[in-house]
Amino acid sequence: MRFSGLRVLWEGLTGNRGWEPHWRDPAPKSEYDVVIIGGGGHGLSTAYYLAREHGITNVAVLEKGYLGGGNVGRNTTIVRANYGLPGNSEFYSHSLKLWEGLEQELNYNVMMSQRGVLNLFHSDGQRDAFARRGNAMVNQGDDAILLDREGVRRLVPYLDFDNARFPVHGGLFHPRGGTARHDAVAWGYARGADRRGVDLIQNCEVTGIDIENGRVRGVQTTRGAIRAGKVGIVVAGRSSQVAAMAGMRLPIESHVLQAFVTEGLKPVIDHVVTFGMGHFYISQSDKGGLVFGGDIDMYASYAARGNLPAVEHVMEAGMTLMPMIGKARVLRSWGGIMDMSPDGSPIIDRTDVEGLYLNCGWNYGGFKAVPASGHCFAHLMATDRYHEAATGFRLDRFRTGYGIIDEEGTGAQHNLH
Amino acid sequence: MRIPCPICGERDRREFYYKGAAVALDRPGPDAGEAAWDAYVYLRENPAGRTRELWYHEGGCGAWLVVTRDTVSHEIFGAELAGEADV
Ligand SMILES: Cc1cc2nc3c(=O)[nH]c(=O)nc-3n(C[C@H](O)[C@H](O)[C@H](O)COP(=O)(O)OP(=O)(O)OC[C@H]3O[C@@H](n4cnc5c(N)ncnc54)[C@H](O)[C@@H]3O)c2cc1C
Ligand SMILES: [Zn+2]
Repeated sequence: MRFSGLRVLWEGLTGNRGWEPHWRDPAPKSEYDVVIIGGGGHGLSTAYYLAREHGITNVAVLEKGYLGGGNVGRNTTIVRANYGLPGNSEFYSHSLKLWEGLEQELNYNVMMSQRGVLNLFHSDGQRDAFARRGNAMVNQGDDAILLDREGVRRLVPYLDFDNARFPVHGGLFHPRGGTARHDAVAWGYARGADRRGVDLIQNCEVTGIDIENGRVRGVQTTRGAIRAGKVGIVVAGRSSQVAAMAGMRLPIESHVLQAFVTEGLKPVIDHVVTFGMGHFYISQSDKGGLVFGGDIDMYASYAARGNLPAVEHVMEAGMTLMPMIGKARVLRSWGGIMDMSPDGSPIIDRTDVEGLYLNCGWNYGGFKAVPASGHCFAHLMATDRYHEAATGFRLDRFRTGYGIIDEEGTGAQHNLH
Repeated sequence: MRIPCPICGERDRREFYYKGAAVALDRPGPDAGEAAWDAYVYLRENPAGRTRELWYHEGGCGAWLVVTRDTVSHEIFGAELAGEADV
């Protein structure tokens, strides 16, 4: 089934009776060439590109819950390529280019909206840092515009520019950044993978990883044992548990990140606006809800909900920046479990077990990475070589101290990102 | 979350700074080697369940505490002064 405008029109006129399920619901086979553990954004995109780019279609994605029930369906959907360090820059640039062609590629409406991402600054020092970052983005071939106060005012007149603590001095604008519909990204990749022969197996929790003589042989699951030539671990917040099944301890701590949405309002916030000093960012969904969030709750957690201090902190920061949102009523809040790495950057690498690969450490920024992560991880799993856009995400960088990618410049320590 | 500080009594989580897994109490010697330092600084058990971690009573008495806590339910089982805790 191909989606098109004509098809939507036809189905609308004929009672919507022609739509079909977007993917099959197969029982697990006893053996696959590749097993991907985790049916989030990264697991699904990995499976898709294994089939699409490398012709490896005897693949299963094993998901303990339902597809897209993890962080890929819980994030605030921001897509951007505004990184400043080698290792990250080329990777997120690659990802943004994949985003720009994604809807045609998948024949799926992921509601990619390049509405622009605006990062605000409030001091001379911050402006200098943003100017440097903007130059790094331009050097990478992406877009960045340094705006002064009046430039920001033209875009977002509704801010409290003269806030006593954080007056708005300007902002770094990234026009190609924006948002996408998170569930649709998972569904689009799922459908694309399924059509190429990948088995998407839900309600199938991996409970063990079988290793013989240093080589992976398959996995144990709640739906039986499955043999596999290669296995990829792509389980975000659960990375430590699954890696432990292969006897590994990871440089990962799991933390909860919360997000919030208000009742639907008329269009009022046209961009993604971030207020880093206050730990607050916001955009408006196409349905009209103000979608916003802040920082992690700042202690290890596997509860997919947060605590009140972080809620208050985010609300206060929002009111500080844009008092006009004070009358909007919050409908829902929720949390997702983030795989936090010590330097804030991800891991896409082999492990010491032959045939076992690891993809984790996405912190709070892995949604924008979904296309490139799958693309580069599939490349690594298929060819055993690093994709040129993802050479920096080595697992051993913490042990060796070489190649740390500390974008925030706070030091590579667990409680600092 | 409320943390029972042995000195100040039960206090709101906001008064505390979070350091992370209590592994930080078990600092290796300077020449313990790369693997020991990797384990100390970076590698974490990161359990889903009961864990021991270091919290600092920044907004109170200034003591470092070892807090036993469940990372799934956020239940807190107890806190002791780091100086008196078993490593
Ligand atoms: C509130 C919030 C806001 C965010 N905002 C943004 C944003 O604006 N922009 C951005 O770029 N990023 C954002 N992120 C981060 C982003 O969502 C994540 O980094 C990314 O989704 C993680 O990768 P994933 O999609 O593969 O994870 P997930 O969707 O969590 O996928 C992992 C899957 O593995 C499964 N799994 C776990 N254990 C097992 C097992 N043993 N067996 C089988 N399956 C298993 C889980 O059920 C889950 O479905 C946000 C996250 C949160 C929580
Ligand atoms: Zn105290």
